[in-house]
Amino acid sequence: MTFSWTRVGAIFKKEIRDYRHNRFVVMTMAMLPLIYIVLPLVEILAYKATESSSTLDSRIGLAMLYMLLIPAILPSALASYSVVGEREQGTLEPVLITPIRSTEFLLGKALAVLLPTLVISYVMFGTFLGVAELFAQPAVTAAVFERSHVLTQLLFTPLLAGWSIWAGIAVSTRASDVRVSQQLAVLASLPPLVIVALMAENVITPSLGLALGLAAALLLIDGLAWRVVATMFDRERLVAGSKT
Amino acid sequence: MTVPVQEDALDGIAVGPHPEPAVGGLGTETAEPPEQGEAKSGSALIVNKLTKRFGDRVAFEDVSFEVGHGEVFGFLGPNGAGKTTTVRTLGTLLAPTSGSATVAGIALSDSNGPQIRSRISIMPESPGLYLRLTVAENLECFAGLYELSDAHERIAAALRAVNLLDRANDSCRSLSKGLRQRVGLARSLLNDPEVLFLDEPTSGLDPVASREVHELIDGLRKRGVTIFLTTHRLDEAERLCDRVAILNTTLRMIGRPDELRKQLFTSTLDVRIRTPLDNADRVFAGLPGVASWELDQSGAYVLTVSDPSVATPEVARALVAAGADLVFLGESRHSLEDVYLELIHEDEEVKAR
Repeated sequence: MTFSWTRVGAIFKKEIRDYRHNRFVVMTMAMLPLIYIVLPLVEILAYKATESSSTLDSRIGLAMLYMLLIPAILPSALASYSVVGEREQGTLEPVLITPIRSTEFLLGKALAVLLPTLVISYVMFGTFLGVAELFAQPAVTAAVFERSHVLTQLLFTPLLAGWSIWAGIAVSTRASDVRVSQQLAVLASLPPLVIVALMAENVITPSLGLALGLAAALLLIDGLAWRVVATMFDRERLVAGSKT
Repeated sequence: MTVPVQEDALDGIAVGPHPEPAVGGLGTETAEPPEQGEAKSGSALIVNKLTKRFGDRVAFEDVSFEVGHGEVFGFLGPNGAGKTTTVRTLGTLLAPTSGSATVAGIALSDSNGPQIRSRISIMPESPGLYLRLTVAENLECFAGLYELSDAHERIAAALRAVNLLDRANDSCRSLSKGLRQRVGLARSLLNDPEVLFLDEPTSGLDPVASREVHELIDGLRKRGVTIFLTTHRLDEAERLCDRVAILNTTLRMIGRPDELRKQLFTSTLDVRIRTPLDNADRVFAGLPGVASWELDQSGAYVLTVSDPSVATPEVARALVAAGADLVFLGESRHSLEDVYLELIHEDEEVKAR
């Protein structure tokens, strides 16, 4: 039996349906981005024309970093619930009894977290740009709309989300408790942000080449993570709680 | 409320496996062939010296049996006997420590897992439904996992089979435990399984809901679906199963319920008369087929016999000749529960030594 997109789709569809009926998920998806967009908006709206250009760079860098917190943090809550949550509910075993492969199950789960994360992250970024256009100082607006900033956001949003999702799912496959899984997943989602933060604060000199290099590295890691997490997905331990 | 099982509704599903007389496991006789279906060769399940250990703990050991196509096979045992672990092992969820098995014609191995799982279904003790989704949404998900091309027809047929078509759009959270169990059964019928594993399907259900599940199993049996039923409800096993196996980490006995009774208990006749005999020894001694006799606490005579059909008329004649007022004369019936308790009691005695 070969890899089946139909089975991936079945898991994806089920997850999306389940999220829609899950008040915790809806509230998390609605509230977290609103909290994370407040700080970048404060940063750009608080800028005064009398401030220096280095202050402007710093503010924009910080604002963009805050915006990247949304795809980095938001999926970890859902991803960390994906396996251990099903196990706690008793719904994992019936799924594993079907012909589904670990790679299919995990990809379905990951895509179901990725889709709402991308939609919300891009909507939030669009809102940020809209506010900058309408209410910020012209210098701020020009800086925010600088092509490299916009490209960085567009490019790193799915890549950071991918890292966060796989880190969350990896933790979820090994954790025995949802709460522990969620806490560990948030921690595991942060490392790539450190590099982005160093770039934002000019500790690492940002350049197009560096950004593309990092993006390529993240893309590779996201792809490998799928396979690595699939090997961590131990049906025996998940079903029986023990290993031979 | 008793919900009749709609056997006609099964037409759309679960008719894939075709019955034949069951292959006798470990020297036991074959089961009666189910009423419908066409012949299919081989066994639905062949298990050979299968063992599963978790570290030092033995879940089950050296288990061997065969289950024929269309047979309802009961797997009995106390809590912790290894029943569920056996099902999970045969369902490729757990890897055996040693031994071999063939499930639905495919050798049990990790690489064959997806193929085996596409041909079987397992209904776990707890149905494990997505409670926030509707009944139909739950089944749609599993229809996708089985890659069913005619998903909507299969879902409708499965729901009709368990009489839940009118609840298709209800949230699973709103269903009673019995109804959730029926949704679980509908889900396990979706892929038209060759072997259906039911793990304690009536656990925690009230008598009415249990009866509904029994009727559904009966319906499936008549259609020739091979059913592997784990239970610790002996009345359930006696009523539904062609053969049963009793597991207590190792396989203690296997066969038809009446065979097990014969293997474990000697045949006895119960004799009740209005007034005790003056000299019972003179009446019973030397009668053809009567090995010994004793008077039990209730005042009945219990005669150990080699063949009840030979001994019964002889005993009746002797009692009449002795002028006894015969109230009752019949063969003692040992239930499957007696067999089970005897075996488990033996195990406990062995452990205590």
